[in-house]
Order: sequence, then C-alpha cells, then structure tokens
Amino acid sequence: MGLELFNTLILCLLVVVAVLSLWVRDLVVAAVVFAIYSFLMCLLWAEMGAVDVAFTEATVGAGVSTVVLIATVFNLKRKAKD
Amino acid sequence: MKKTAFILVLCIGLLLAWAVQDFPAWGDPKSPASSSPVASHFIANTGVDTEVPNMVTAVLADYRGFDTMFETVVVFIAGLAVFSILRGGPKSRTRDREFVVDFEPDLIVTNTVRLIVPVIQIFAFYVLAHGHVSPGGGFQGGVAMGASFILIALSWDLKTALARFPIERCFTVAALGIVIYAGIGLLSLFLGGEFLDYAHLAKIFPVSPEMARYHAMLGVEIGVGFTVTAIMFALYASLSTDGRMRDGL
Repeated sequence: MGLELFNTLILCLLVVVAVLSLWVRDLVVAAVVFAIYSFLMCLLWAEMGAVDVAFTEATVGAGVSTVVLIATVFNLKRKAKD
Repeated sequence: MKKTAFILVLCIGLLLAWAVQDFPAWGDPKSPASSSPVASHFIANTGVDTEVPNMVTAVLADYRGFDTMFETVVVFIAGLAVFSILRGGPKSRTRDREFVVDFEPDLIVTNTVRLIVPVIQIFAFYVLAHGHVSPGGGFQGGVAMGASFILIALSWDLKTALARFPIERCFTVAALGIVIYAGIGLLSLFLGGEFLDYAHLAKIFPVSPEMARYHAMLGVEIGVGFTVTAIMFALYASLSTDGRMRDGL
C-alpha cells in the first residue's frame, strides 16, 4: 500500500513536471525543472530495484546534463518565444 | 501551427498510453524478459563464471563487453563532434550574448569547492572501483569525476579548470580510455581466446580464470571512466564558451 501510494505520487508529479518544463518561458528554469524530472525518475528506478540505472540517472540526468543545458542556454536567448 | 503540434502530441501521447497496456506487469515472472533462458543463465552463472556479485556490471562489462566498448566510442565521438562543430563555427554568432560574465571568484564559494572536490573525486574512484560489488561502474564514476572539474570551472572560471585539465589532454585521455578497453580485448585475443574473452588473461596473470574476468572488468571500467571523465568536461568547456575555450560561465 505504501509503495503504491509512493509510485502514484511520483508518477503524478512526473506528469506535472514534464508539462511544466514545456510551459515555462525561461530556459534556465526549464533546465532546472528538467533536473527535477530526472530526480523523480531516479527515485522511481531506485524504488523498482534498478539501483544501477537510478545511479546513472542521478549523475547523468540530474547532474551533468543540467549543467550542460544551462551552459548552452547562456549562449542563446534566455527567453523562449512561444 | 501551435495547435496542430499540440493535437499531434496529444494523439501520440494517447497512442503511447494505449500501447502501455500490452506491457507485462512489473515483476511478472511470466514476462518474456524473465522467462527467457538468457536471463536465468545470467542469474545462475554470473557468480560461478566471474565471481562478480553485481550481475549488472558482469553483463555490462563481460557478457556484453563489445556493446559497452562501442558505447564508450559513441561518447568519445559525441564529445569530438560537439568540439569540432563549435570550434569551426562562425565567430560572429556570439556577439549578442545577454550575459557578460565579469566577476571575481567568491571567497566562500571557492573555499567550499576546495573542500568538496577531493571528496567528490575519492567518491568517484570508489564508485568506479567498487562497481562489481555495489551499484556503480565506469560511467557513473567517470561522470562524478568530470563533474568535479566542472565544479572548479563554475566556481573559479574556465581558465582555472583548463589549466588543470587542458582541452587537448581531454581528448588524449578520452582516446586512452578506449585504447585501454580495446587493449584488454586484444590481449585476450592474442592469448588464444576471442576478442574481450577475459578468461584467457589467466594465462599471463597468476589468477584463476574467474578472477581474471573479475579483474579485467575493473580494467575496462577504468577505461570507460577515463573516456567519460574527459568527455564530460570537454562537453562543458565547449558548450559554455561556444567553442572559444575562454570567458566561460
């Protein structure tokens, strides 16, 4: 029961965060929201017992790819047009 | 245009949600992945063949070593592509940057990073070397190691980080990682086995064939770690400066 609730909560949050990352205009905010998405995925992997995948998601998805995305945004126009 | 795109995304989303119904239930013992003879072979024989407790690492670095070797090559080529495309691009493109970064490195930030970076690097080595026994391995350890250099670049500036890890050396180290991986594979080829058949390394090292596979996995993970570390830092250095390698974030 506890895990069911945990999974449902995380899956709902995933949908909210995914929509939010497309919704926001500021690309830096979008990158950070994307990191939250990765972190939620990492929690979900760890809960399902795929600890190796969770580790990779935490380092690559939430860590380095956010830094690389933000580094790229600073060379673009920061606000998206649509 | 925006509405068309939205409807298209909605349709594809619904299609995907509908397709999810065909998936087996999570943890279903009758699902194709669980009932195939390959899965039960790995579960039964990994400990016997290689003495590695973490099955994921054994499958990644030994049973499917060829796959992982070319994943490493893909990472290398991706870093090389980003570097060459940005380096060769038009120079006028970056004139209209919104942010002109001009600051002194902050005392508190730099001193905190001074304390954190050794911990991150030791943890990266631990993750790399302990990948057989616990979750982890070359990719994760390499990313953590690369992140420590990115942290230096973020808290001081890119020049300080590049003084410690020049971009030319990045690509040398990345290529060295692939050479280590392929070298271990070739060594086992010359010793009479197939490419990446680590058990034959026992002929020149004083260990049993099982332990030879165990230690060769550590060897190839170190190769992967070299490549990933260098490419992560090179990616950051290229992307944050638009290929010019100065005045980063």
